[in-house]
Amino acid sequence: MKKILLIIKREYLSRVKKKSFIIMTILGPVLMASIWIIPFFIATMSDEKKVVAVVDETGIFHDKFQATDKIFFVYQLDLDKAKEDLKTDKFTAVLYIQKPTYSIPTDALLFYSDKSPGIVTQSYISNEMQTILKNNLLVNAHNISKEDFDLINRTNIKLNTEDIRTGEKSYTEIKTGLGIFSGILIYFFIFLFGSQVMRGVIEEKTSRIVEVIISSVKPFQLMMGKIVGVAMVGLTQFALWIILTMSIVTTLQASFPNIFNGHKTEQTYTAGQKIPTADQIQLEKLQKEEITQVIQGLFSVNYVAMIGAFLFYFLGGYLLYASLFAAIGSAVDNEADTQQFMMPITIPLLFSIIMSQFVINNPDGPVAFWLSIIPLTSPIIMMVRIPFGVPIIQVVLSMSLLVIGFIASTWLAGKIYRTGILMYGKKVSYAEVWKWLRYKG
Amino acid sequence: MYLFSAQNVTKKYAAHTALNNVSIDVPEQSIFGLLGPNGAGKTSLIRIINQITAPDEGALFFNGEKLSLKHVSKIGYLPEERGLYKKMKVGEQALYLAQLKGTSKQDALKKLKNWFEKFDIISWWDRKVEELSKGMQQKVQFIITILHEPTLLIFDEPFSGFDPINVNLLKEEILNLRDKGATIIFSTHNMSSVEELCDNIALINKSNKILDGKVHEIKNTYKANIFEVGYTGLDDDINKILPNGFDIINQTTTNGIKHAEIKIPIDSNSNYLLNSLLPHISIVYFSEILPTMNDIFIQKVNEQNTIINTQNI
Repeated sequence: MKKILLIIKREYLSRVKKKSFIIMTILGPVLMASIWIIPFFIATMSDEKKVVAVVDETGIFHDKFQATDKIFFVYQLDLDKAKEDLKTDKFTAVLYIQKPTYSIPTDALLFYSDKSPGIVTQSYISNEMQTILKNNLLVNAHNISKEDFDLINRTNIKLNTEDIRTGEKSYTEIKTGLGIFSGILIYFFIFLFGSQVMRGVIEEKTSRIVEVIISSVKPFQLMMGKIVGVAMVGLTQFALWIILTMSIVTTLQASFPNIFNGHKTEQTYTAGQKIPTADQIQLEKLQKEEITQVIQGLFSVNYVAMIGAFLFYFLGGYLLYASLFAAIGSAVDNEADTQQFMMPITIPLLFSIIMSQFVINNPDGPVAFWLSIIPLTSPIIMMVRIPFGVPIIQVVLSMSLLVIGFIASTWLAGKIYRTGILMYGKKVSYAEVWKWLRYKG
Repeated sequence: MYLFSAQNVTKKYAAHTALNNVSIDVPEQSIFGLLGPNGAGKTSLIRIINQITAPDEGALFFNGEKLSLKHVSKIGYLPEERGLYKKMKVGEQALYLAQLKGTSKQDALKKLKNWFEKFDIISWWDRKVEELSKGMQQKVQFIITILHEPTLLIFDEPFSGFDPINVNLLKEEILNLRDKGATIIFSTHNMSSVEELCDNIALINKSNKILDGKVHEIKNTYKANIFEVGYTGLDDDINKILPNGFDIINQTTTNGIKHAEIKIPIDSNSNYLLNSLLPHISIVYFSEILPTMNDIFIQKVNEQNTIINTQNI
């Protein structure tokens, strides 16, 4: 027992002290925080004002484009003159809408001089054109009031679901997101740290130190020491990532509050509207509610259960697969030879990721049930299901089977490992590994 | 008193038998040679002694007790294929491996410092193993093997990969360790390299032990009654002065001295040979030619192979 602690300590320290670990630990949260922060920065940074000259031959769009704080519209009659002005940088772009051959225009041409207008500007213009065109058709041709038109434009049915026993709303989208995210995270962690175990075993085997070590400790102790040591590295990295990401985000939020609060949903409503009708107020309320619902949805998730389940399924899944990774490492002489043995590991994990799409659609169906019970797929599939609420009996069953699963896989891997680490210079096949499994002592 | 003995050890790997009913007895404070060609089963036996693998049949005793895990700290093992963690620092690694053998950290640190000073390699302490040359790594590994002061030391092909200076240093240290009370097992296929060091040997061929005993007794058993004489002062053929029944096996001349290898018939002896030679030549030296372990080994292996072949017919 004392020796296995020594091994765990070495495996842990030698990895934690590595430059790559420190770099990953710092880079991970920076990357995660930037995914969160960069969109806000981009939004504030591109404050260059754009002036678009509209040359409208149809007359439908004249004076109808809604300006934003970034994009302004001026209306010109002469295309050639507008193009000349574009060359002298008077405008950012010239929008030319030709008189259509048939009833309504279906395309337009945007001229630019040296800089191509961004995708945001382009999609804003095309959205505006569509709205204006629809407006023109409905209001003018069918005599619908402008208020009604705005209402039509903004109709959007949100289906809320509620548990009649608990009164809890289900927030499906948020749960889907969380489920898929934690499933992928488990998949990623199993591969990342599992292959670290495998490389560690190959290193010991190729450097031949393994024979010295197993004259002091049992091969199984060495294997378990390595697996546990790497698991602790994984948990350390995970904890550091969460702490660092959270501190980066909070620090930035505190230092630049206007960036995060300045761009709320104000522009969702038409600025040109003078007195909002009762319906419009109702609409605005609904939109605000949508945001609060996202927040409520995020709060409705039982995070203690989520994190608890995540840690359990990460550790269980990792232990199940890491011992197999160790067995593979023991059977080969270098990393290039691992390919042929990776199949039994890759297939169930990849299968879980693919199946999680189906599971999300029907989190209580038989496919979801069976895949979250079978130990090879349960770490990923159960994590996908957890945000939707899983009957406790199924969780207990799945967890117990996972424990039995990793004990079985560790036992099996241990048998392969103790023979494999002493085999040098031999190209190993599945048949050979099968023979090792039947060796005594 | 035997420090270690293996009795009727058999080890099978699927269809292949690595060891077939092999027994060895290693006397205390002696050097024991485990000899045999590649693939004979030496490494299998050594792994069994180190409890890396377990035998299918047979019993093992350490100091009279049944071999068990508590003896791990009493055994030091230098495998044939040597290696260390390349990225780890020398001192840290030596400390780690010593602790795995059950030495306490303080104790290991003190002993390591002593050995590093003795070998004059204290400056390597904080260097990574990959920065050391192969010979330097071997030295470090030798220290690691003996650091926990094992009573039984096992060296598998100890001199392969060492330069002659380090081979001598190693031999000296090994003899030193024996004199201080350690028992040593050498395993090698290069018999001439350990012949002069070993007190006892066991020959293993094709999973079977084919010969064992004290080195000088074995040599006496297998000697062919051949003597070599170095002489001057005879221009004629030496054959003409030899008594009947004596055969010249080989003749050479170096630096004006003639050498002749003479086989003495069973009913005669060396004194008789000397008596017949003395009147005719002036003798520079006269000695018995004992067979090398190599010769004995080849003879035994051929015998065994003939038996096997005959049985097969």
